[in-house]
Amino acid sequence: MSSTDLAHAARDAARWHSAWRDDEAWLGRVLLAPAVLYIVALVGFPFLLAIVYSMSDVTVGTTALDFVGLRNFRRVLDDPTFWSSLRNALVFTLVSQLLVVVLGKILAMALYGDFRGKWLVRLLILLPWVAPISLGTIGWLWIFDPVYSILNWSARAIGLFGPDTWPVWLGQPGPAMASVILVHVWRMLPLATVIILAGLSAIPQDIHDAAQVDGAGFWRHLFSINLPLVMPIMLVALLFGIVFTFTDLIVIYVLTRGGPFDTTQVIASYAFFTGIEGGDLAAGAAIALFLFPVLVAVAIVFLTMARKAEVA
Amino acid sequence: MATVETRALTKRFDGSAAVDHIDLGVREGEFLVLLGPSGCGKTTLLRMLAGLETPSSGDVLIGGRVVTRLPPRARDVAMVFQSYALYPHLSVARNIAFPLKAAGMRRREIDENVARAAGMFGIGHLLARKPRQLSGGERQRVALARAVVRSPVVFLLDEPLSNLDAKLRTSARDELQQFQRRLGTTTVYVTHDQIEAMGLGDRIAVLDRGRIHQLGTPAAVYHDPADTFVATFIGSPPMNLVRRDGIVSGFRPEHLLPVECLDAGETRVPMPLTVTRIENLGADRLVYAVLEPPNPQTKVISRLPSTIEQPLEAGRRYEFALATRNLRWFDADSGAARSTPP
Repeated sequence: MSSTDLAHAARDAARWHSAWRDDEAWLGRVLLAPAVLYIVALVGFPFLLAIVYSMSDVTVGTTALDFVGLRNFRRVLDDPTFWSSLRNALVFTLVSQLLVVVLGKILAMALYGDFRGKWLVRLLILLPWVAPISLGTIGWLWIFDPVYSILNWSARAIGLFGPDTWPVWLGQPGPAMASVILVHVWRMLPLATVIILAGLSAIPQDIHDAAQVDGAGFWRHLFSINLPLVMPIMLVALLFGIVFTFTDLIVIYVLTRGGPFDTTQVIASYAFFTGIEGGDLAAGAAIALFLFPVLVAVAIVFLTMARKAEVA
Repeated sequence: MATVETRALTKRFDGSAAVDHIDLGVREGEFLVLLGPSGCGKTTLLRMLAGLETPSSGDVLIGGRVVTRLPPRARDVAMVFQSYALYPHLSVARNIAFPLKAAGMRRREIDENVARAAGMFGIGHLLARKPRQLSGGERQRVALARAVVRSPVVFLLDEPLSNLDAKLRTSARDELQQFQRRLGTTTVYVTHDQIEAMGLGDRIAVLDRGRIHQLGTPAAVYHDPADTFVATFIGSPPMNLVRRDGIVSGFRPEHLLPVECLDAGETRVPMPLTVTRIENLGADRLVYAVLEPPNPQTKVISRLPSTIEQPLEAGRRYEFALATRNLRWFDADSGAARSTPP
């Protein structure tokens, strides 16, 4: 091969390379492929498997699998614990997310202003989010411990509880639910705060100044200007939190394992305890599938909002 | 309507003074323009008048009352921002109604006032729209309507025309002045555009580095600059400055003319020069030149109206001169104006 042939070959190769790089349809597919693969392998396949399992009699430890129709769903619907889990999941999700959004907004407003050591405070507030959640929750397990609870000791020291009257936080239905909600709020608050802070920072300072000159006091400013303008991004934080909370079981798994008497059992944890720990994969799958309609509803709201934002 | 006054008003950011001991008095019903290059402190000064910025020291008085420590809403001022700062989520009607609602006015009265303000600026047909559906000129009118709707005692305007295109700016300037004359509301107007300042202001305060260099009518600021900063900041091209023996003489480009063009009876200062370049701007010719002895060699600019048709060529020497009465004097060290040569 002569040197000119070599040069030709190199140029052809270069042309071929740039040709497929410039072909947007091709390049688009290549760039999307990893995401599609990921979703198919880790979301799509397990989802289909759950549907198959939910209509079978599969259990842990056997390879036998017979089709049983909708029997598992009938079993789940007849199970009072499922219904209480559904109710608990809704309470857990809605109460915690409502608190997260309100507290996140307050915190974001506090952090919005300029003050010394702002970055340090921001870092500290983000810490619960970046720390491993099981570690943080185990810390809370100690805080709520029946004997060593720092809450109870502190409360008694300042005379709030008399001797032998302190609550067993994780052992009584009401306090147990309150505790898991509190810990979950603690965990989700940083992310919501940062999201809302971003939304807050996107409002031009001129708008705040104009409202001030126009005579708006704190509350009018908050409800007529500030809140409406961060509302879209707060909704995003809320929907994100709902999806995350409704499907999550870490806090409950570590703190109460659904107890006492299933009063903190949510759908996700009930599916886990039934399917994985209880070995009844079929029933577990059927329970887990009840998450689906709720998540679809949230997804629809999400997509509608995204569309609106695109149009606007 | 009210007077606005500042007493030794100072604002320091990180040690350096953005506004440095400014004493300013705005008369009742006056249109006062704060003019200066960017970073001169004019916007900071305006924001202190509005109450959006807390002074480091000194006082702000509106209508003779000290308002230094009062929040913006207690000062009864209205402000128009460079960005217009319309509330993006509210319709035009609710944008204009916002200050009235904040003042606790009743619904019926609010509607009447909004309609009146919208009519004043010809935006009655836009009331149902959101700000993002408006053009730049329409937004600017909405911002003005929102400012006038509650009849404040002072208008504060922060470069309200700078986001408009050049053609719209001219007509907006005209409208702005008309409505201010009609309402007679004391107005403080910030701009870096000297044409705007000259055209709009009853008086102009020329600022640089946090200090007022001159406060006077447009004519005074132009013809009798208080110092060399004002002389060179105002006018385009700026005043020519010629330095010799501890004194600086200054003259406007339009006063430096070929000797034949000066009135015969006028006492004149000869200014022979060599032309380096000529720019033909249509209505004017700008002649860039270097002065010849007896004057020190200095770059100067002459502005010849197109009615002077005398042929000029680059590289050649010409006899130019200017009338003695058009000569100004400045101290070479301080730059301050002097009434007589040494």
